[in-house]
Amino acid sequence: MSMAGASAPETSYQPVFTGETKAALEALFERYPTKQACMLPALWMVQEARGWISESAMAEVAEILGVTPAYVKGVVTFYTMYYTHPVGRNVIQVCTTSPCNLCGAEDVMRAILKETGCEELGRTSPDGRFTVQEVECLGACGFATPILVNDDFIESVTPERVAGLLEGYE
Amino acid sequence: MGYPHPSHEKETVVLSQYFGDEAARSYQGWVERGGYKALEAALAMEPDAVTDVVKASGLRGRGGAGFPTGLKWSFMPKDSGKNHYLVCNADESEPGTFKDREIMRWTPHALIEGCAIGAYAIGAECCYIYIRGEFTEPLAVMAKAVAEAYDNGVLGEKLMGTGPRLDIVIHRGAGAYICGEETGLMNSLEGRRGNPRIKPPFPAQAGLFGLPTTVNNVETLTAVPHIMTRGADWYKEICLGNEKSTGTKLYSVCGHVQKPGNYELAMGSSLEELIFEMAGGMRPGRTFKAVIPGGSSVPIMDADDIKGCLLDYEGVVERGSMLGSGGVIVMDDSADMVYQIYRLTRFYAHESCAQCTQCREGTAWTVKILERILAGQGKESDLDLLLDLADNMTGKTICVLSDSCAAPVVSGIAKFRSEFDAYLSGSRPPALAAH
Repeated sequence: MSMAGASAPETSYQPVFTGETKAALEALFERYPTKQACMLPALWMVQEARGWISESAMAEVAEILGVTPAYVKGVVTFYTMYYTHPVGRNVIQVCTTSPCNLCGAEDVMRAILKETGCEELGRTSPDGRFTVQEVECLGACGFATPILVNDDFIESVTPERVAGLLEGYE
Repeated sequence: MGYPHPSHEKETVVLSQYFGDEAARSYQGWVERGGYKALEAALAMEPDAVTDVVKASGLRGRGGAGFPTGLKWSFMPKDSGKNHYLVCNADESEPGTFKDREIMRWTPHALIEGCAIGAYAIGAECCYIYIRGEFTEPLAVMAKAVAEAYDNGVLGEKLMGTGPRLDIVIHRGAGAYICGEETGLMNSLEGRRGNPRIKPPFPAQAGLFGLPTTVNNVETLTAVPHIMTRGADWYKEICLGNEKSTGTKLYSVCGHVQKPGNYELAMGSSLEELIFEMAGGMRPGRTFKAVIPGGSSVPIMDADDIKGCLLDYEGVVERGSMLGSGGVIVMDDSADMVYQIYRLTRFYAHESCAQCTQCREGTAWTVKILERILAGQGKESDLDLLLDLADNMTGKTICVLSDSCAAPVVSGIAKFRSEFDAYLSGSRPPALAAH
């Protein structure tokens, strides 16, 4: 499996929650009656900083929130938007659920796989630039086919538009 | 206004009035359009009186269940001495539904105002707005609007400078359909896996963090300010005959129509008018085949079912389906019903939280059997097997996810059996490769 774009092995883990990130999480503690409620926000912070959530990062979050690492792993693996493996520098999510499917979403998905050089869904392109995922309903069915490139939500994508849309993502 | 196209003359525009109006997004723009007047009016009343107005309006939950909103609020305990919570369910994930997205995108302050009125009525000092993780734009727009509301003294120590304390916190989900189920949502907010909880206890007794909680949908809360300023009677009169379904409803029309988008209609409007007039009907040369009228979880309707069908909670039930969230998925004669039903069941199998056996196993096996049929390897007995599975998946689990997976299978086989038979007999070539 192609691991281009992967971070270094976890032998020398550097904590995520130091300095500003730590302060941001501590400010969030004020907004909830329990520390554990900051689980999803804390995991988002990890993913923003590192691109994915490693076991070491799960242990760090567990320590801060006062739960076990196994508990954090249970939460991380419940939600599809948290990545438990390194991903490409840009992650593309393509909606292929029924309403978009009716409007040609599978053609869009194939065009994206071809354009990015990703051999299959979930696999990162050899240059580490893209990972393509199928996603179940992006909630924009009237704008078929929507795709999410990192945090950019793009509506009404057609196979013809794909090449131009992805140009800016290095 | 209207977005992505101007409002149709047959729409009853209330919530969608400022869709597409960039200037309505800011605090200043919202105030210029009469914003926060409803909150002021509510704060001048006793909380119970606010609940009574909402009760009298006939407003029912727009997330899918259609439970009377004022009644739900009245279940919250009085003088319990405990903290109360309001949770706004903005985890819009029901395939076919994209109305809450547009509300948050264009009129974020309308939602904040609705949340503030709701929180005041139920005695909550904190409101969490749980927005699905994929909604990057609504998340950014809502976060900015909440910050503006604090800066302008709407939220914080004293609501509008005179009322009780209210904090609103935007909470980002992370990709899980089941978190749209209110008890799954509460678990997710608490930092757990989003598994639905067994009821009772109901949220009003023991909800978020074990405390009295009300969960309302985005569209429901956004309707509240209009009811406060224009009155319960005005809202109640927006209905075309059936007094049990009042006000306006946003319909997200998608699939094989020429003008997909959100349409806001008075309760009791015609489903046929929505599909064939407002949404432009089928593409040239195509004919109507089927519609799923209330988001993917409700039974499929065919051409006979929609004749004269009225869009309100009772009208759609009369025709064998449900109004649900108002996500209208239209299919023309080019749609392969077996494949589309398979695609829907794949959605539910993917989104099952896997806590109940009937759902975990049932959704997965339904997908496998449909894959077998689509690969040309189905057996005649497979349809009975699918129906038997569906029976075991209906009414037997903690939440209704597995019921939702069974609905399109049962209605699909009943109404489009010939398409299943075509795969079984080999008269239609396989749509999937054999495993």
